[in-house]
Amino acid sequence: MHRYLLRRLVEGVITVWFIATATFFAMHLVPGDPLLNDKAVPKEIRANLEQHYGLDQPLPVQYLRYLGQMVRGDFGISFTQKNRAVNDIIREHFPVSASLGLVALAIAAAGGILWGALTARYRGRWPDALIMLGVIVAISVPGFVVAALAQLAIVELNRLAGRSLLPVAGWGEWRHFVVPALVLGLGTMAYLTRLMRSSMLEVIHADYIRTARAKGLGEARIFFRHQLRNAILPVITVLGPAVAAITTGGFVIELVFAIPGLGRYFVQAVQQLDYTVIMGTTVFYGAFLVFMVIAIDILYGFIDPRIRVG
Amino acid sequence: MAGPLAADDFLPLPPQPAMERAVRPSRSYWQDGWRRLRQNRSAFAALGLVLGLLLFALAGPLLWPVDPAAQDLEQLSRPPTLGERALLVDLSSEWSGTPAAESEVGAPLPAARLGRSSALSVVGSPTSQSVRLQWQAVPGARGYILYRTDHPPMEGDDLGLPLVRIIGGSEVSHEDRLNPQPGRHYYSVVATDGVDEADGYRTLAVEVQLGLTLDEARRRGHELPAGASVTLAPHPLGTDYLGRDLLARLIHGARISLFIGLTAPLLSIVIGAFYGGVAGYLGGRTDALLMRFADFVVALPFLLFMILFRIGFGIGPGESGIAPLLLAMVLLGWPGTARLVRGQILRIREEGYVQAARLMGAGTPYLVLRHMLPNTMGVILVSLTFAVPSAIFTEAFLSFIGMGVAPPTPSWGSMCNDGIKTMLTHPHELLFPALVISLTVLAFNLLGDGLRDALDARLRGRE
Amino acid sequence: MSKREQLPPPRVLIKAMLAPLWLLCCTLLAPLAMADAVDVARQKITLLLGQEPPSLNSIKATDQVSFFILGHTHEGLLRYDAQGQLVGGVARDWKLDDRSATFWLRDDARWSDGQPVTAHDFVFAWQRVVDPAVASEYASILYPIKNAKAISEGRLPPEQLGVRALDERTLQVDLEQPTAYFLQLTAFGVYLPIREDFYRAQGTRYGAEQDRLLYNGPFRLARWVHGARLTLVKNEQYWNRAQTVLNEIDLPYVTSDSTAAYNLFKDNKVALVGLSAEELNDALKQRVKIRIFPAGSLFYLEFNHRAGRITGNRHFRRAIQRVADPQELVNRVVGVPGTLPGRSLFPVWIKGVNGSFRKEFPAPRVTIDPNQARQELELARQQLGLERFPPLVYLTGDSPTAAKQGEYLQNLLRTQLGLELKIDKQIFKQRLAKMLAGEFDLVAAGWGPDYDDIMTFGDLFASWNINNRGRYANPDYDHWVAVARDATDPRLRMEAMAALQRLVIEDAVIIPQYESGSVYLQHRQLKGVVRRVIGTDPDFTQARVVAP
Repeated sequence: MHRYLLRRLVEGVITVWFIATATFFAMHLVPGDPLLNDKAVPKEIRANLEQHYGLDQPLPVQYLRYLGQMVRGDFGISFTQKNRAVNDIIREHFPVSASLGLVALAIAAAGGILWGALTARYRGRWPDALIMLGVIVAISVPGFVVAALAQLAIVELNRLAGRSLLPVAGWGEWRHFVVPALVLGLGTMAYLTRLMRSSMLEVIHADYIRTARAKGLGEARIFFRHQLRNAILPVITVLGPAVAAITTGGFVIELVFAIPGLGRYFVQAVQQLDYTVIMGTTVFYGAFLVFMVIAIDILYGFIDPRIRVG
Repeated sequence: MAGPLAADDFLPLPPQPAMERAVRPSRSYWQDGWRRLRQNRSAFAALGLVLGLLLFALAGPLLWPVDPAAQDLEQLSRPPTLGERALLVDLSSEWSGTPAAESEVGAPLPAARLGRSSALSVVGSPTSQSVRLQWQAVPGARGYILYRTDHPPMEGDDLGLPLVRIIGGSEVSHEDRLNPQPGRHYYSVVATDGVDEADGYRTLAVEVQLGLTLDEARRRGHELPAGASVTLAPHPLGTDYLGRDLLARLIHGARISLFIGLTAPLLSIVIGAFYGGVAGYLGGRTDALLMRFADFVVALPFLLFMILFRIGFGIGPGESGIAPLLLAMVLLGWPGTARLVRGQILRIREEGYVQAARLMGAGTPYLVLRHMLPNTMGVILVSLTFAVPSAIFTEAFLSFIGMGVAPPTPSWGSMCNDGIKTMLTHPHELLFPALVISLTVLAFNLLGDGLRDALDARLRGRE
Repeated sequence: MSKREQLPPPRVLIKAMLAPLWLLCCTLLAPLAMADAVDVARQKITLLLGQEPPSLNSIKATDQVSFFILGHTHEGLLRYDAQGQLVGGVARDWKLDDRSATFWLRDDARWSDGQPVTAHDFVFAWQRVVDPAVASEYASILYPIKNAKAISEGRLPPEQLGVRALDERTLQVDLEQPTAYFLQLTAFGVYLPIREDFYRAQGTRYGAEQDRLLYNGPFRLARWVHGARLTLVKNEQYWNRAQTVLNEIDLPYVTSDSTAAYNLFKDNKVALVGLSAEELNDALKQRVKIRIFPAGSLFYLEFNHRAGRITGNRHFRRAIQRVADPQELVNRVVGVPGTLPGRSLFPVWIKGVNGSFRKEFPAPRVTIDPNQARQELELARQQLGLERFPPLVYLTGDSPTAAKQGEYLQNLLRTQLGLELKIDKQIFKQRLAKMLAGEFDLVAAGWGPDYDDIMTFGDLFASWNINNRGRYANPDYDHWVAVARDATDPRLRMEAMAALQRLVIEDAVIIPQYESGSVYLQHRQLKGVVRRVIGTDPDFTQARVVAP
């Protein structure tokens, strides 16, 4: 087990290194650079800027210098936010995204598993149709529409109630989590519901379930101990990367609800071609993802003892 | 039959041809699947819906031959109409208005002592092309502000949109050309002393009709004088923010969206399923390598690489790049399915029948394709049905950065993007594209369900 | 298999399905502790930030948000009053002539730590701006000062900058050449003072946090949570503090989404918010005073004048000039009141000799005439020796407004002139790169003024100007720019610019499309907010909250 873990960690580091390298060179290949602005600057100022940021060095030199800094855990200073270190940006904003993301995922997972199982149980009858309709609507409407509609609904709700029941936007107390987490988790919840349903339907017909029932086991026990546990594998598979994606993503949600998370930086950094932030966020996300995948693979072994990974 | 068993009872029965007759025809896996799909009512209806959508995309332009790029600036963001009547107005010469005489204006007064205009009236016929207003000068005023709103104002702050801030006390007229929509508007005029506004205001209710300039009418082939009415083109689903027919845009957008929405998911899932299947089955080093590569692809910053793609494929400026778009989306989508399928395969490969087949000498491709992948159909089909709307919206997003369709070619996803801005006042611009997307997703979902039920090996023979 | 046996009863099922909804309802019981938009008793208002201020180091600031904050927390030699006139800030008196400018500073101008603001603070700050090691993007705005350009190029040390402190309260500036608008320049953000000892003590972290800055303006930063919140409180050390009524300006929201900002206003959480065209109709329902403000930036179509480009042909440009009706664009496509149709290189707010430049020297009017346009097009075709015009490339950004205007233009050229326009949508940096490299036929461009003088627009298309992306080169144009730049007689300068204005129209150098206007909502209890084209905008220095 320890050898397996070690091997996986080494593989992970190599993967992250590949990610960093590919991103670094892609970034420099794209036309434009972080120093370009709406109002062009005279030649001499441009030269000063390039020297100041080390962009006048040949590319391989910049790469090695960057790699050296990265190994020491220093991701440099942002080009657009001229006084903030990338490390600080990640350190200050990741907890916000992570907490929101975890709540969203908890809701998505709980909802997805519960409703997926219910639709499988009541297949062909009204709960199935109703939930499936909800799933269809949830995935056909794009995220930013749902977020905008949700915010409008909050404004109307507050107006009808005559006082502020829910915050329209912002961050700071637990109530700021409610609607953004719901909206953020909606897409994943719909996906998990479908997955769970499909998975459960297969399991329901399995022979060992028949056996258990024949043995006289109660429905509830069969449901939780056997059906759920066996059907949950695809859900776990999806949840792993979903944790990484949702806790760092949610760009639209953060924009609409003015949440100071990390998600905005991913997109804005590319739009601004902010080299250091692009590298920092990509490497961070890559490392996070790799870690989650390792965790999932290990989790497989616990859920289904028959699975041997590696 | 009563009585003890005799030796005769153990004699073999004579062969009876009747018993050897097959009761029903032998069916292959796929034939059986099709039969069961046909029997599933909702899935069959979904199939019909899919065919209907394809028909909409292909035959639509013939049945509704309206140019989706034709802008009608006279009918911006109109709700569904069946051909409204517009009044022709002659706006070839500029209206200079009627300045007030010096005697009417008088010496300047501070805002607090300014009164309100004694009369505000409309000149000529008020149409959506222009509403000409003039008012009585307020003694002492050094300027005016003209407001417009959609309800009778209740107080000074409720006057609505300030259309113009006039400097100079003798200019007492204005032509409102800022999109006065057909309907009732309330115009108010307030005097200013050059800096601050007076407290009093004069309001006028104006019924605005739909109008068309003579020049524009002539361009459309109507040789009629001012004052006549013409019927404008009908728009069954309304128009968008540049006056383009929504139905035509939906029809032309259907081609792009359905093509991308079907092909991209199909390709990425087929590739992903095969990739994941091989990785899961082979295990060990190969699995590790393949999966690490999948992780690598997922972690790369999407937007950055899409920009690079666009340049790499040499898509010219302003040109539609469908093939690169498809490629980009496939390269995006395959890791998700690959991981899912791999997980399933890891479980399935321990099953009895797989071990048995391997003992019988089955090779890897045969095992993966014939035995294991059909058993992951459930997961694959779920992936597929989710990939369809995701593909449509990703295409909309990529069109923004120049990959995908170039303007003015529409697509359902970008119509949704555009529609959300005017969601509050013109919901139809968002509603109709979202509806067709929902229908598509519903159709594929039900079809996918039906397919899964039909193709699920374990359900075979249990109906 | 029986499906009915031992399924949970329907009641349990419904409860399970609706569980999240109940959870939501339970959360709504206790009242929310979020501040309202205005607070009369505490004279406090709440606003929203469009983005995290990239830099509060005045030497390096380049963007609107940073200058907005700096305009409230710092003060330069001169500033603008509520009527838009240049008045004394830290300087109480000044003198400008052909060779130099002298400023006499107030005795009571202080930093937030009680120390006086001295002439040396200006000397130090300005030397840092032109210092190549600091690499300030706006260094060129100091070029009217003697040796500034040479220092920036590295040929002279920063100490050689033509500015010195004659004593603690007197500042003398040597000019490179006569600059009629030098006083207007000193009101610009990059000209703000910085105290040397404090700056050096912070090392590289100057301006990074709230406590790494000194303030000499009406407000100071009380709290700065990066990316999340900024709070300004009244600066008790400010010499003019009697004029400032507000005690606190809180900005607890950071988002660039205009709809979110509008929703916050509707929910009575922010006191001032800008509106976009799509929200106008809904804003009428709010029964709050809608205000318009001509923001004064010019948006125009820029042609590529490089050799080999079709748009380099004058008749071709004039053809397009005669079909692109700015009035139609403003009324139908832009749809924001307060937006003015573009008629000239110089917006309406530019001052002339005594009053408005455009009133004293009206721009030549272009008649929109499709027939004439087609004639010009035919002339162009013959001159270029083409059978048919190839498609043109129109470079623009990725925002919805840019897309809308692009599609409008595309349709216009197609229906009126039979020209095909390809819309090249590019994200920010890629668009800038293409503009600099000249990879376009037409580009949707805009220019915002830096200082309150006609030259801020005048020299845009001089052949040496790097912001002249179409590379228009006309010796006549350059001549007029040189006249206006070097002369000090206002009449001479304005006449030169009037000639330039005519040249721009006749030669169709660009097609002015519109002068931007903005519409905004302001809380009914908030008064005294000043909007400006040049300078701090919006300015809350003299704002106050009144009782309802």
